[in-house]
Order: sequence, then C-alpha cells, then structure tokens
Amino acid sequence: MSHAVSADVGPGSPMGRADLLQVHDLVVRYPVRRGLMEAIRRRPRRFVSAVDGVSLSVAPGEMLAIVGESGCGKTSTAQAILRMVETTSGAIELGGRDITHLGTKDLRPIRRDMQMVYQDPYESLDPRFRVRRAVEEPMVVHGIGSSRAERERLTIEALERVELAPADLFIDRYPHELSGGQRQRVAIAASLVLDPRLLLADEPVSMLDVSVRAGILTLLDQLRRDGDMAIVMITHDLSTAAHFSDRIAVMYLGRIVEEGPSRSVIRDPQHPYTKALLSVVPKRDPRERGDPQILQGETPNPVDLPTGCRFHPRCPVAEDRCRTIDPELRAAGHTPSDHRAACVLV
Amino acid sequence: MSLLEVRDLQVWFDLPHGGRLHAVQGMNFAVDVGERLGLVGESGCGKTTALLALMGLLPPSAEVDGTVLIDGTEILRGGEDAMRAYRWTDVAMVFQGAMNAFNPVKTVGSQIVEPMEFHGTATGAVAKREAADLLELVGIPAAAAGRYPHEFSGGMRQRAAIAMALACGPKVLLADEPTTALDVMVQAQILELLVSLTRDLGLAVILVTHDLPVVAQVCDRAVVMYAGRTAESGPIDTLFHDPRHPYTRLLFEATPDLIGDAEVVSIPGAPPRLDRPLVGCPFEPRCDRAFDRCKVDTPRLAVVAARHEAACHLNDVAPAGIGSGVG
Repeated sequence: MSHAVSADVGPGSPMGRADLLQVHDLVVRYPVRRGLMEAIRRRPRRFVSAVDGVSLSVAPGEMLAIVGESGCGKTSTAQAILRMVETTSGAIELGGRDITHLGTKDLRPIRRDMQMVYQDPYESLDPRFRVRRAVEEPMVVHGIGSSRAERERLTIEALERVELAPADLFIDRYPHELSGGQRQRVAIAASLVLDPRLLLADEPVSMLDVSVRAGILTLLDQLRRDGDMAIVMITHDLSTAAHFSDRIAVMYLGRIVEEGPSRSVIRDPQHPYTKALLSVVPKRDPRERGDPQILQGETPNPVDLPTGCRFHPRCPVAEDRCRTIDPELRAAGHTPSDHRAACVLV
Repeated sequence: MSLLEVRDLQVWFDLPHGGRLHAVQGMNFAVDVGERLGLVGESGCGKTTALLALMGLLPPSAEVDGTVLIDGTEILRGGEDAMRAYRWTDVAMVFQGAMNAFNPVKTVGSQIVEPMEFHGTATGAVAKREAADLLELVGIPAAAAGRYPHEFSGGMRQRAAIAMALACGPKVLLADEPTTALDVMVQAQILELLVSLTRDLGLAVILVTHDLPVVAQVCDRAVVMYAGRTAESGPIDTLFHDPRHPYTRLLFEATPDLIGDAEVVSIPGAPPRLDRPLVGCPFEPRCDRAFDRCKVDTPRLAVVAARHEAACHLNDVAPAGIGSGVG
C-alpha cells in the first residue's frame, strides 16, 4: 500500500519531513576498455554514461523504488550513493551533509548509516560463518557493543526483528542450513545491527521463491514504518514496486524519465516508456489480458546515446522535435505536483 | 486423444549417500495441438525433472516410470532407443538459461543446422535455408545466421534458442523458465513469440515457470505442482477465480499484482523433503485450511468440475470455502 500524498507537499519532501538522502544531478561514467589497436592508434577514450543526471530524495521512513530494465543505471545509482563507485559529477547528501567527496576515514561512520541488502543471499553470506558471526561481524568492524555479551544481545535482538525467532534456533546455524528466505533475513539482520538510517535493497527478492518473497518485502516494509529508516529498493518488478513503495522512479538509459507517488505513477503513467512498461507487466487475473504495447528491440547501448530524448527511437508517439529536445522532468498536467515526467508531450 | 499425454509419471533419484528421492510422484497431464499448458510450482517441486523425463534426458541415477504417449504411441517403455526417435523431432525443449548455452565459436546458423543434419531431417543447402527461415520465424533477420552468439543480445539469443529447438519440426515444445533472466519488455516479446508459434504452427507448448502471472497471461490451462504431485489442474481462469486447492489460492495471494490493494502474504514453512515417504497431504503443514484427516490420509487427485482436478479433502466436505476467488 502506498501512502496517500497530499498535493500541497513539495517534490523534495513527500512525507513533509526533511529529506534524509538527496542526490543532485548525479553522473557516473565508466571508461570503455579500448582494444590494443585502438590504444596504439590513440583513438579517443570513450565513456559509458551509466547514470546521467539523476536527482532524487528520500525522507526518513519512506520507501522509494527505482525501477527499470537492465542497463538503465539503477544499480550504478545505488553504488554511487554508497560511494562504492566514483561519482563523475553531482552531489550526494546524507542528513544534510555532502558525502560525495569524503575520504576513506571520514566515510567510515557514514558507511554505518547506509547499508546494502544484495540480491543473492547465497553469495552475500560467507558459507563458513555461522549466523552468529555473520550478524556480529559488522558490529566488530564498526566498534559497536562493549563486550561479547553485549554484541550477542544485539545479535539476538536483530534476529528477532527479522522474525528469525526464537533466535537460539538460528544463531548457530551455517548458511547452508537455512532456506533462501531465511538467508536473506540474516543478511538484513546483519545490516540492522548497525542501526542504519538508509537501507539500499538491490533486487532483494528476485532470487527467492515466490512463496517467501512477500515475507521479505513485508519485513522491509515494517522496518521502515517502525522507525526512521529510509529504504531505496532497486527492482525490475513493477508489481513489487507498486505494492510496497511510496514513490517510484522509472529509469531509462541513465535518466529518471518519470517519478512520483506510486499510485499515481502506476495508475496514471505519463511517460510513453512507463506506459509501455506497465502494459507488458503480466497481471495475476487471466481475465485481465490487456493489450500489451510491446516495444521492439532492446535498450540501446549507453555508449552511443540517441540525440534529443533518449527514448525517441523506440517511442511509439515520438514527434520530430523529440530528436532534438532533451526533455527535463517536470510536473505532469493533472497529476499531483510531485508526479513528474520527462517528455515534451506531457 | 491428445497430442502428448503423460500418465502416472514417476521419477526417483538415487542419492550419493544411499536412499532415494522421489522427485515426481505420479503426474498426469496432456497437451493438444496449438495448446499452451503451464506447469507451475516452487523450486524443487519437480517441474524441470518432469520435463527432462519426457525428453529422456535424466542422468543415469534416475529411474523413470509411467506412460508417455505421443499421438497415441508410447515412447517411455522402449528405453533410450525408442526415445531417440522422438527427441527433438517430436518433442523438443528450450532449457533454462538456454540463451547462454550456445557454442561461442560457431555461428548461430550452423548451430541450428547441426540438429537437422544429425537427425537427418535436412542437409546441406536445404538445411541452411530452413535455418534461415526458422530465424525469420522467431523474429531474427536471416542474415544474422552468420553471426556469433556474442553478437546477439539476451533476447535475440533466447529467440535463437527457440529456433534451435524447432530445428527438427517438433510438435511439442517444452520451455523451462524461458523468460526468467530477461527484462520485462523482452519477456513480453518472447511470450508473444510463443503464443504466435502455437497459433500459427499449431505447436503445443508446455511452459514451466514459477511466475504465475506469466501463466495467467499466456496459458490456456495449468498444472499446479507441489512435492512432485499435481495439487490442482484446470483452465487458468478457473484456477484463479475458483481454486479448489488451498495451495493454488495461496500461491496467487503470495504474488503482488500491479493494480489492486490486496495484501500480499507469503506461505509459511517450506515444501517437504522427498527422500522419505510422505504421510497424509504433503501440503498439510503449510495449509491454512488443514484438518485432522489431512495429517493421515493422502488426498487423491479427483475431478471437481469439467477438465478441473484437485487433490484436496476439502472438496469432499466443504468445497465452497477453498478458494472463493483471489481477485
């Protein structure tokens, strides 16, 4: 369920609270590897713009979903926020503090505030560590808990928060003794012991069985509602985003093309890309076999970006001007003022 | 008579440390010309094993029993020799992750020609022309036959994998999670292709997936599998609107829907181990409607309506309350 967002609250603060995370005009470029011959011939180094001018914000207790197809830049955006990849330009602010260029030492306490939950709980947990150690390790690294007993108490608390209760039953198990869903819960517990202000969840359920996905998503939903923790969830699954997040940002080729309250984006999409994407999401009810608007081809290579609007070559309603005008995000017609789309036709 | 009919299919695996795992415990299903059947269930429920048994591609540690009829001819009893006559020419399969299974040093076209020449359905220039036609059929320009797999995108490789499975003109195509690794737009393209193949060529498709909405949008009928058995099977519309097994209802309820505010609830617990005999209903420990009888008495698959079967005791006592529709 998405929160009802009143129209009079400005875009930056959908919950009416000061934003926890603000990203301004973020750009992440990676150099493309040159072949030997290209290097010898001194061909100019080329770059992929994985993220090309992304601005977003998240308030405490809020869940923002970033959706889009592979290669749209959603994971690079998350990695830049976490300072795992270098930001080419733009700024990242956490709790009002610019963290874009902090050095390793200054970054350490910040890392505690921002935790990541990865897609694959089979890979993210060390197979040789019992649950106890997997959850305790982050506390040791960040110097939390004065004694072993204290850390054990915090570990048990975290396990019970992620519904691995009674904790005694799980604390001495190895990852291979846990199901996929339980492993993902352990990974979440290992983040929670640091009491982060921001949790980035990169496709947190796509590796899990359908029957347990809802449990993990409901858990994340509760965690942010119970406290002030904000969540940025990266997903390719629009149904999940629609169901659990307050706001949705749709990315295409390194840009946010549409952003707004989940309900408004899902029920009243403005950008032709969002419209097409939503039309092809399979619905549960066999009677709702709609008319999918299938775009041909695949997302182009971000090394050679199209001119103008980067969606125009695949856009079913593109006009001549779309080839030259690179549209900015702006409020879309009759929708709430914090529902914005980047399309000249809006 | 159906095009492909499977009766009482059983598969056991010998475990390396002794013991046996009863992976498929008596499956029945049939598929007709131009029909799309979905096979759904959680990981480990035996979906893929059932398909591999139909193809005769299980490892030597597996024992298969049951009856598989193609156009009325039994193909399982004759062993590998009998199987070879039908594999790829009558029943073909697109494997999970098939898009990554191409030989990287051979052109895509030559890899489609290969099965034709091996099975003697076409050779030389004729085979090449057929391969080009197949590529066109799945939406790849014929000129791309000379290209290598790495020059294809993920979606194109999946199309090419389907073309390769169709090389020897099969009547039945088994597709194991054909869109799982793909983006939603490319998934839509591949599903549209599968639908057009059944419509235009009369191909029968069995689609194995854990993704219920995909089945809801693409298939005519579905078999819901649990612990190697059929929990319920019937027209997909009936399974959603009038499920007669709690597992079917709970699976739908665990899947978020794009529109609608219904709560999404996961199914507690995990499927049972299949290396020991099951007593009672295998779903009983996780079921929200279980009663005394379910612990001791194994429900049999029974007809509950026209072309609609379910294995649940509730159908004997209070069928009305099982589903009451999901949506």
